[in-house]
Amino acid sequence: MKEKLAQMFQSKNRSRTLSFGLVIIAYIVLEVLLLTGNLSSLFTSLLVPVCCYIVAAIGLNLNVGISGELNLGQGGFMSVGAFVAVCVSGVLSYSIPSPIIRLIASILCGAIAAGVIGALIGIPVLKLQGDYLAIVTLAFGQIIKSIINNLYIGYDKNGFQMSFVENKLALAEGGKALLSGPMGATGTDRIATFTFGVILVLLSLLIVYNLMYSRNGRAIMAARDNRIAAESVGINVANTKMLAFVTSAMLAGAAGALYALNYATLAPSKFDFNLSILILVYVVLGGLGNMTGTIIATTVLVLLPELLRSLQDYRMLIYAIILIVIMLVTNNEFLKEKFSKLRLGKKGAMK
Amino acid sequence: MSEENRTPILEVTDLGIDFGGLTAVNNLDLTIYENETVGLIGPNGAGKTTVFNLLTKVYEPTRGEIWLCGENTHKMTTVQVNKAGIARTFQNIRLFMNLSVLDNVKTGMHNEHSYSVADAILRLPKYKKEEAEIDEKARELLKIFGLEDKAEYIAGSLPYGEQRRLEIARALATSPKLLLLDEPAAGMNPQETEELMDMIRKIRDQFHIAILLIEHDMKLVMGICERITVLNYGAMLATGTPEEIQANPQVIKAYLGE
Repeated sequence: MKEKLAQMFQSKNRSRTLSFGLVIIAYIVLEVLLLTGNLSSLFTSLLVPVCCYIVAAIGLNLNVGISGELNLGQGGFMSVGAFVAVCVSGVLSYSIPSPIIRLIASILCGAIAAGVIGALIGIPVLKLQGDYLAIVTLAFGQIIKSIINNLYIGYDKNGFQMSFVENKLALAEGGKALLSGPMGATGTDRIATFTFGVILVLLSLLIVYNLMYSRNGRAIMAARDNRIAAESVGINVANTKMLAFVTSAMLAGAAGALYALNYATLAPSKFDFNLSILILVYVVLGGLGNMTGTIIATTVLVLLPELLRSLQDYRMLIYAIILIVIMLVTNNEFLKEKFSKLRLGKKGAMK
Repeated sequence: MSEENRTPILEVTDLGIDFGGLTAVNNLDLTIYENETVGLIGPNGAGKTTVFNLLTKVYEPTRGEIWLCGENTHKMTTVQVNKAGIARTFQNIRLFMNLSVLDNVKTGMHNEHSYSVADAILRLPKYKKEEAEIDEKARELLKIFGLEDKAEYIAGSLPYGEQRRLEIARALATSPKLLLLDEPAAGMNPQETEELMDMIRKIRDQFHIAILLIEHDMKLVMGICERITVLNYGAMLATGTPEEIQANPQVIKAYLGE
């Protein structure tokens, strides 16, 4: 037992212990606040979205920080996950009354759908060297938004109905419009819960950390550090990058699914280019490859605009200034040295 | 000659590559037998590293054939060539600079183990068993290269000589039959070079592999190579034992001029 405890705080496992500890402690504190009624309604409404953004950001950090490939379409993958989950949840609401099973099934379907689309994008693009993935994912984010903006899907006792650009759905009695073009999903059951959000965060941390410290994870990082050397030791670079990219897309899909099931209505325009960039900002500010940093950065940056709401028009201005200041401060050599001294016993072992 | 009875690891016939109008390597014949150390020397720009890049399929040969353990490599990629048994180091060190020393070596064992992504994510027994094996073997390799105390350091923080040794350790981790060393003694002082020579001999015998090395330090080349091939302007100038090469007037001319 004691040995196991010592192991948890060894250099390699320290960041993992820190991330899990942080999430669990935050969860307990927030649950207590919730139960005692000490959390404002604004904060309460942000709990699930924060979990979603954290999961999407952890996924993106796997792709950008660990694998070293820029992805500008994380919002697009969230969008795929979100609307697939809405459809699945809508259909299952007839047959499965239990919200928790429906939630799990919807999120799984959302993640798998995003993963499949990620694989389709990755197969041609990841064989190339350079910034092609950034360009293609950027385009993908725009395309998927336009598609869902024009997509009408309904479900009734005769099965699915689908139409494109115009609403031609003719649903029978008791049928349900799942997607209605620019309006997006309407009348969704709000089955997402904060507890499940935290479980999803912990799961994504588990997946990313366990992947990082495996032969596949080492191969991903090796391919990032030196592509030619990685090939010379027998690592298939395209395959390893694919693994990171698809895992990242699946996490984004799961995040999007949870997000969608937290609102009664959700428009496709929510998952635009701004969202992709915002998640990238969380990742960069939290530190490439640093999952604990990503969690903190995401939480702070989601809450910040809300906390600054009283400043009205000046709020985005101040938000931008805070971002710039954080970047300047964290890149300051003097402060970096101070921080590295705090991490005693690491011997410069891990980044 | 006893060589006739030994199995060739590598057989290269009439190898050549053109970059546009420039012929970088031409008419190269090279045979390397089991457990043998062969030197590849030549003046700067003679095409030595290009030969390494051809053997490892970084470049696609324009002419000629490469046979590795009786298998033609013309359809293989760099990754497949490594799996088939060639490992290499680089003239400009190419380590995974942000990974730890230990992880650099473990990366070399990527294809020796087969646990899947699911095994890793769920931490199944297969993952634990194989990771333990990987860890043990990687540390053993580091011990041979005197790097066991620095296992947890990041590779980029090592001094130059240790980075060179780590690169050899990583190459050996892929369990090659043939090891290609591209200027292993570059930037080393005479004493370090001496140690390197001992180490190369040691790994050749301990791992029972063949070694092809490019080197400018003639003391090292003449000291450990059983045969030497000389390249000049991409063409093979001479091949033979160290004594024959030292006495070859054409080689002396290529190095020193008329």
